[in-house]
Amino acid sequence: MKICVLVKEVPDAAVEKRIDPSTGRMDRSGEKNLNPYDTHAIEAAMQIREGGAVAVEEIVAVTMGPESAVRALHKAVSLGADRSVHLTDPAVAGSDVAATGYALAKTLEREKPELVLLGQQSDDGECYTIGAVVAEHLGMPSLTQVIKMDVDSESLRCERQAEYGYDTVQVKLPAVISVGDAINEPRYPSLKAIMGAKKKPLDTLSAADADIDASKVGGDNSAAQWIAAKAPPAKAAGEIIEDEDTGETVERIVAWLDERKLI
Amino acid sequence: MANILVYALHYDGAINKNSLGAVSEGAKLAAELGGEAHAILLGENVPEGLAASLGNYGAKKVLVAEGPEGLAQPLVDAMAKAITDGGYSYALFGGGLLGFEIGAGLAARLGAGVVMEVTNVRAEGGELIAERPILGDSAISEIKYRSDVGIIIGRLNAFEIKETGGGDAVVEQLSFELSPHAAQATMITRGEQRGADVDIEGADILIAGGRGLGKAEGFQLAEDLAKAFGGNSAVAATRAVVDAGWYPYAAQIGQTGKTVAPKLYLAAGISGAIQHKVGMQGSENIVAINKDANAPIFEFSDLGVVGDLNKILPKLTEAVKAKKGS
Repeated sequence: MKICVLVKEVPDAAVEKRIDPSTGRMDRSGEKNLNPYDTHAIEAAMQIREGGAVAVEEIVAVTMGPESAVRALHKAVSLGADRSVHLTDPAVAGSDVAATGYALAKTLEREKPELVLLGQQSDDGECYTIGAVVAEHLGMPSLTQVIKMDVDSESLRCERQAEYGYDTVQVKLPAVISVGDAINEPRYPSLKAIMGAKKKPLDTLSAADADIDASKVGGDNSAAQWIAAKAPPAKAAGEIIEDEDTGETVERIVAWLDERKLI
Repeated sequence: MANILVYALHYDGAINKNSLGAVSEGAKLAAELGGEAHAILLGENVPEGLAASLGNYGAKKVLVAEGPEGLAQPLVDAMAKAITDGGYSYALFGGGLLGFEIGAGLAARLGAGVVMEVTNVRAEGGELIAERPILGDSAISEIKYRSDVGIIIGRLNAFEIKETGGGDAVVEQLSFELSPHAAQATMITRGEQRGADVDIEGADILIAGGRGLGKAEGFQLAEDLAKAFGGNSAVAATRAVVDAGWYPYAAQIGQTGKTVAPKLYLAAGISGAIQHKVGMQGSENIVAINKDANAPIFEFSDLGVVGDLNKILPKLTEAVKAKKGS
């Protein structure tokens, strides 16, 4: 089995994210890192390989993004991917979720994976939906938010929480599965893996290499068009207590609750 | 004329509340555009009365399709067929897991623009503009559609339920073909309840626990505090800890759990992800205890306490008990 894991470079959580007021797009300068949700997808691929129920020939990390996204691929490789594919082209910059999904699907078509895994959301865009877009373009069944996966050579038995409780769904391969963060605890990469990551094969593709129709991608061709940004309704900032003396902290909490007749 | 097709999720003979909100919103927007809102239900033997009842929320027509329930891709097939046949300009979804999946799949199928987590929609110049909070709700993007069909996926509880007194809607059967890949997924069991059946929706005081409680046993601290408050208080939980098996699903707040609005919501060790926030932001008073001063929950709590809940909760429990006794 060949598993492709979709990964993304996102602004480091510790860095304040902002929107470029002239374009409405996210300002993606500043410190970047592998989207933390993606580490669960890589770990899920590794656990399938180590579980032994099926033979996993290859785990390939795939991303779309600017040159800097290579670092996210190195991180993905240090966590267990065998090699990586980087779709990078000014033509795809600024793509909305539908156009991004199309471009990623075209990139995946070259790889012909039996299983495509991804994280439940990106730390920056919070769209939750890229997997469903990719699956539709590939003509594969798809589920998001999967928290348990049992695999055999032909299918997956997936569990997830949906609107009315837990669902168990049998999915035939090939398939696109986005995993919830409860599915596993990602391992830490070894120093050796971190050092070796840059030496693993990395294919850099342009939009033309991936046979992407340039009229369907990029900010100007995206069907969802950003027109303006505004501030959310103002909300009075809450009171903050830094706990130094717990006895005093608790007194202040109780007084606060008492004032509002909550005790 | 711009008609809007609204997805309605149903389960166990009832329409999902967020879908009722979406139908109400769709009816309002369609009226502003000079069109009609129609709803679509898919399932095995969907009762005609259930479908027709959506007329009370403003749907003029309800399409009923026969197919496997609880999965997104059959709905992508059915809605794509309805939209191609029926000339809809927009597809609208309430919040929820399936709505996200169907809306995204439909966008890919139709080459349509899609916006998710939408909190407000307005009609302007004969078209719809979607408002979507971004960056942890610190800004709102306004987005319009350049495609023939625009897909709007609402945030949970974003659309208000409004009965219009419109009476029964016209019900029509929709026949469609299941695409090969939609037939590759099969529901084995649906809606399994894990853990005890607890009631949190009626509670005035909720002590909610997240991953910060450290382990399943950590919930004892939350239960002790709830007991100290006594009366109508209960313990709730985040999805992360429910998925981890620390607490029952019935106590879960948020996207795929319950929506609550108690007098006091005390969040212990909860970071405050959007999926959680949407289920509790209507609470009258929100108190958060978290050791991470940068946790998003402090952005929308009325009282935030930065500190170790293992130290604070036991003392708070004693203090509440003492106060009650006085």
